[in-house]
Amino acid sequence: MFKKAIRIIKDFWATFSTPSKYFSLGFLTVGGFIGGVLFWGGFNTALEATNTETFCISCHEMRDNVYQEIQPTIHFTNRSGVRATCPDCHVPHDWTDKIARKMQASKEVWGTIFGTINTREKFFEHRLEMATREWRRFEANDSLECRNCHDEGAMDFTRQSARAAAAHERGLIEGDATCITCHKGIAHELPDMAGVEGWH
Amino acid sequence: MRLIYTGIAILLVSVAVFAAEGDHDSLRGNVPLLEERTPEPLYEVENNDLRRIRAYPMQPPTIPHKIDNYQVDLNANRCMTCHSRRRVAESQAPMVSVTHYMDRDGNFLAELSPRRYFCSQCHVPQTTAPTQVGNTFQDIDEIIREQRQRGQ
Ligand code: HEC
Ligand code: HEC
Ligand code: HEC
Ligand code: HEC
Ligand code: HEC
Repeated sequence: MFKKAIRIIKDFWATFSTPSKYFSLGFLTVGGFIGGVLFWGGFNTALEATNTETFCISCHEMRDNVYQEIQPTIHFTNRSGVRATCPDCHVPHDWTDKIARKMQASKEVWGTIFGTINTREKFFEHRLEMATREWRRFEANDSLECRNCHDEGAMDFTRQSARAAAAHERGLIEGDATCITCHKGIAHELPDMAGVEGWH
Repeated sequence: MRLIYTGIAILLVSVAVFAAEGDHDSLRGNVPLLEERTPEPLYEVENNDLRRIRAYPMQPPTIPHKIDNYQVDLNANRCMTCHSRRRVAESQAPMVSVTHYMDRDGNFLAELSPRRYFCSQCHVPQTTAPTQVGNTFQDIDEIIREQRQRGQ
């Protein structure tokens, strides 16, 4: 049984490693190219499929917690009808960063399988830890995902409320704050903030 | 006998209620009970950052900015990220007054007093909605002036 398996593998390898007798180099090149395109397209399509809000809220941890909470906020309900979806804020646009985030996310699939946060209570237990990770990411990349939509240079402070304009002037222009420094909890309810800088 | 009196009393009361039905309940706007009323439009919240006058010194000032989705619960108090003693330098907001750091016996606390934790119990933002009912409130200064003019 075992020997048979080895023989099949050996045969396969023999065929696989000998140069082609029947197909031209041109055919192989073009075929390889097309195959590559198909593979790449398929990979990216699969990647994009996991990059939608529908995918994010297909697991109940997200649907029952964060998705419920985002609905009354400005990024879900507003007069202009432009929505920010989960990947807009949580997945980098840049390809390398996107793949890196997706690798991290595979750990979250484990979480789902083993039920790390499968009840509201467990979700609350881990919430500060998860939120802190996101804050750190935004601090490190100068809130890049926010800036994909909100261009600081394009913000007309004179059209903002006096309170917003003054804060942006002080924090963004004169200071070195970034969006998340002041806008924590913009899309979700906050965890226990007792130990967080500026909140106690 | 008593039963008859009670019956007559109930009858009179219900007649009075029916008679008054033309002009009750300003909130429903005199729409018959079985009909649905077209709701008022949602009025805009004042967000002009201009403080309003206080009608008397002990009045909790109204909030001159919008507070949509500002979280105030067991986990977090968004208001205090701007209005607490330690945060006002950064936010340039007025500090909650010292009464917010006092317990009911007048002792000063290091932290916000629990009875002042839920700000919107006392402070509310304003909208541009027209008032539902009239208001005859008179400022104390006006009363004093009138008395001076009348009396003296
Ligand atoms: C997909 C684009 C998009 C992304 C990404 C995005 N926003 Fe927004 N945001 C919007 C739009 C659109 C509005 C305005 C909606 C309206 O007023 O009609 C808005 C409104 C806001 C407001 C105004 C709130 C109010 O009450 O008026 C704030 C603050 C804000 N965003 C902060 C952020 C922060 C912080 C991030 C990053 C964590 C972020 N946004 C990411 C699109 C986005
Ligand atoms: C120093 C603190 C601070 C920083 C940094 C900051 N904001 Fe704000 N922002 C505020 C305050 C305060 C308001 C007004 C109150 C509110 O909306 O809660 C505001 C309001 C807004 C609004 C609504 C404007 C309006 O007229 O109401 C938008 C949009 C916004 N911020 C986006 C951003 C984005 C994008 C960044 C990063 C590029 C950013 N903010 C960085 C403090 C800050
Ligand atoms: C406007 C940007 C924005 C959008 C849209 C958004 N998030 Fe978030 N998310 C954040 C920020 C910022 C944090 C960090 C914690 C905080 O400030 O609330 C966060 C934190 C989280 C956390 C960590 C736990 C927590 O609540 O702090 C999870 C899980 C999460 N988001 C999932 C989602 C899902 C699922 C969606 C889509 C339904 C979504 N987010 C949409 C900005 C966003
Ligand atoms: C981002 C910072 C910020 C947050 C958060 C904030 N405020 Fe304010 N608040 C201000 C500033 C700045 C002023 C001064 C007037 C103005 O610019 O609107 C003010 C003014 C006020 C005033 C008027 C004081 C007076 O003397 O007339 C009240 C009352 C008030 N805020 C209550 C609240 C409450 C209640 C909350 C939470 C629901 C809150 N604020 C959240 C910044 C903030
Ligand atoms: C039990 C009612 C009550 C609650 C709750 C309350 N306040 Fe007040 N607040 C008042 C009254 C009354 C005044 C005016 C008299 C005074 O200063 O004590 C006032 C004054 C203020 C002022 C103006 C201070 C000044 O010196 O101009 C601010 C700002 C303020 N409150 C913010 C807040 C915030 C933020 C919260 C929530 C953390 C809060 N208040 C909770 C009753 C309350």
